[in-house]
Amino acid sequence: MSADTAIRPRRTSLRPAWEEKPTLIGQFGKGTILTLVVAAVLIPLWTVLVTSLSSEKTINEAGGYVFIPREFNPSAYVVIFSGGQVTDAILVSTFVTVVGTALSLVVTVLAAYGLSRPGTLWHRSILFYFLLTFLIYPGMIPSYLVVTGLGLKDNLLALILPTAISAFNLVVLRAFFMSIPGELYDSARIDGAGELRILWRIVLPLSKAVTAVVGLFYAVGYWNAFFNAILYIDRNDLQPVQRVLQQFILAGQSPTSSGTAVAIPGLGSTMPPSLAIKMAVVVVTIVPALIIYPFIQRHFTKGVIIGAVKG
Amino acid sequence: MSAPPVAAPQAQVEKAKKKAKPVSRQRLSFGQRLRRDWPLLLMCLPAMLLLLVFHYIPALGNIIAFQDYNPFVGDDPLEAFLYSEWIGFGNFEYLFKNAAFWDSVVNTLSITAFQLVFYFPIPIFLAMLLNSIMSPRIRSLVQSVVYLPHFFSWVLVVSLFQMMIGGAGLLAQTLRHAGYTPPDMMTNPETFMFLITSQALWKDAGWGMIVFLAALVAIDTSLYEAAAADGAGRWRRMWHITLPGLRSVIILLLILRLGDALNVGFEQFVLQREMVGREAAEVVDTYVYYQGIAVQQWGVGAAAGLFKAVVGILLIVGANKLAHRFGEQGIYSKS
Repeated sequence: MSADTAIRPRRTSLRPAWEEKPTLIGQFGKGTILTLVVAAVLIPLWTVLVTSLSSEKTINEAGGYVFIPREFNPSAYVVIFSGGQVTDAILVSTFVTVVGTALSLVVTVLAAYGLSRPGTLWHRSILFYFLLTFLIYPGMIPSYLVVTGLGLKDNLLALILPTAISAFNLVVLRAFFMSIPGELYDSARIDGAGELRILWRIVLPLSKAVTAVVGLFYAVGYWNAFFNAILYIDRNDLQPVQRVLQQFILAGQSPTSSGTAVAIPGLGSTMPPSLAIKMAVVVVTIVPALIIYPFIQRHFTKGVIIGAVKG
Repeated sequence: MSAPPVAAPQAQVEKAKKKAKPVSRQRLSFGQRLRRDWPLLLMCLPAMLLLLVFHYIPALGNIIAFQDYNPFVGDDPLEAFLYSEWIGFGNFEYLFKNAAFWDSVVNTLSITAFQLVFYFPIPIFLAMLLNSIMSPRIRSLVQSVVYLPHFFSWVLVVSLFQMMIGGAGLLAQTLRHAGYTPPDMMTNPETFMFLITSQALWKDAGWGMIVFLAALVAIDTSLYEAAAADGAGRWRRMWHITLPGLRSVIILLLILRLGDALNVGFEQFVLQREMVGREAAEVVDTYVYYQGIAVQQWGVGAAAGLFKAVVGILLIVGANKLAHRFGEQGIYSKS
C-alpha cells in the first residue's frame, strides 16, 4: 500500500556526491518552465480577485480586467450578499454541501466499517455489490426518470442523493479501517462494546485524517455540482452557485433546455451585471475550495491519497 | 516520521492473522453468523439502498432503450414505462443510421486519441521535472499551486478560460490595446481540440503528477548511484533507470485510459457546445443529453447511453486483459 512512499524520509536538499552539477542552461530551463506553470494557474485567479475589488471607474480606465491593484473596493461583494439570486445561490450551495457531506460521510463510514472484517456474513457479496458500481453506470436518461419519478424535481435532495455514495471513497475508508489492529476490536468487544460504540470510540478517532479527507472530497463534489442542477432544478431561487456562475460568465452560450434567465441582484434585470460583480461571483465560488484546500493538502504527503490511487 | 516503519510490519502480522480467522468462522452455522454479524449488515444497508435507487435501478432502467418511451402515457415515469410500447431494436436502428450519432462517436474517439498524445505525457514530464528540483520548498510550493485547479468545477475552469483568452478576455483586451486583432480561441471549431486539451491540462495535469511522483520516490536511489559510478550521465540515467521505474504506472494508466476511451468528460463539452457548435463539440455524452432530454427522444437517448455503457464495459474488460498480457495487475484480477 502506501507504506513504501510514506515512510521514506523526505529527500534533503543536499545534492548527492555522485550527481553532476546542474548546467546553467538546465537550471534556467527548469526555472522557466516551473515559473510558467505556476503563473498559468495564478494569473487568472489574481486577475479575478483584483477586478472584483475594483470600482467601475478603474475597470473602465483599464478597458476591462484589472491586473494591477489600485484600490480596495468591496462594493461588488456588498451587492451580491445583499439578497437576490447570488445570495440565494450561496445559501443553496452551502446547504447542499453541508447536508450532503454529512449524509455521505455517515453512510460511507457505516458501510466501510460494516465491510472492514472479512469473513463476516455475506461480506464478499456486499463488497462486490459496491465494486460493481465501477463497471456499471446508470445512464443519464434512466437516472433522470428515476429522480423525477421520485418527485425530486425542484428539490435540493436531487442534488444530494444521486451522488451521495462514492464507492471509491468507501473502498479507501474500508482499506484504512482494515489496517487497524484486530486486538483493539477484540478487547473492546470483550469489554462489552457494541459495533456502533467500537466505531465511534475506537475506529473513528484512529482514522480522523482519512475520514476528514474523504469528507472534504465529498464536500468539493457537492460544492461543484452543476449538471444535476440543470437537470433537476428549474426554480430560480434554488439554483446552486455553479449554475449562477455559468449564467453570469457564459450566459447565452449555455445549455438552456431547462434554464431560465437569472435575475441580476441589486440591478434592473435588463442591465448586465458589472464586471466587478461577475468577478465577485467567481471569487465566491473559488473561496470554499481555497479554504479547505490546505486541509486536504496536508494529507497528500501522508500517503492517504497516494495509497488510494494505487487501490 | 519515525513511527510508520514500526507500524508497517505490524500491519502485515495483522493481515496474516485475518487470513487465518475465516477458517474457524466457517464452522458457525448461518443462524449463528447472522446473530453475530447483523449489526455490520445493518450498517451496510443505507449505502446499499442509496446505490440501489440511484445507481442500479437507473442502470436497469436502460431497457427503455428498447421502448418507444412516452412520458405522457402514465402519471409518473414508472407508469409511463409500463405502458410504453416495446419496439425491439428500433431505437438502435435509428441511432446507427443517424449521422449525428456517428459524428459524436468519431469526435469522442478523436479527442481521446489527441489527448493520449498531447495530454498524457505532460504529467509524467512535469513529475520528472519536479522530482529533479533539489529544494524541498520550491517543490512543495509548485505542488500546492498546480494541484489547486483539480478542485475547481468545470464551470469555473471554462469561465476562467473565457475571461483570459475569450473574445472579451484579458488577452484580447491587452492585444486590442496594443493595436492587434485578437485571435478567436474560445469559439473556433478548428482549434477546439487544442482548447479543451489545454483546459484539461490546466485543471488536472498537476493532479495527474501525484501517481508519477509516488513512483519516482519509490525508485531505489542506489541504482542512480551505481549507474553514475559506472559513468552514466544524467540522460542515460533517465533513460535506463527513471523511465523503466515508471514503466508499470505508465502502462497501467495508459490502459485505463484506453478502457475509458468513450469518456472524455461531459460538463466541459456541454458548457462549450453552443459556443463552438455541434460539429466539433458533440461527444457521445452530450448526444445522449440533447437527444434524450432536450429533444425528448427518450428511447433514442437511452439507446445511445446503453451503447456507450456496453462498449465501455467491453473496453474495460479488454484493457484489463491487455494489462495482464503486459504482466501488470490491471484494475481487477481474478481472485
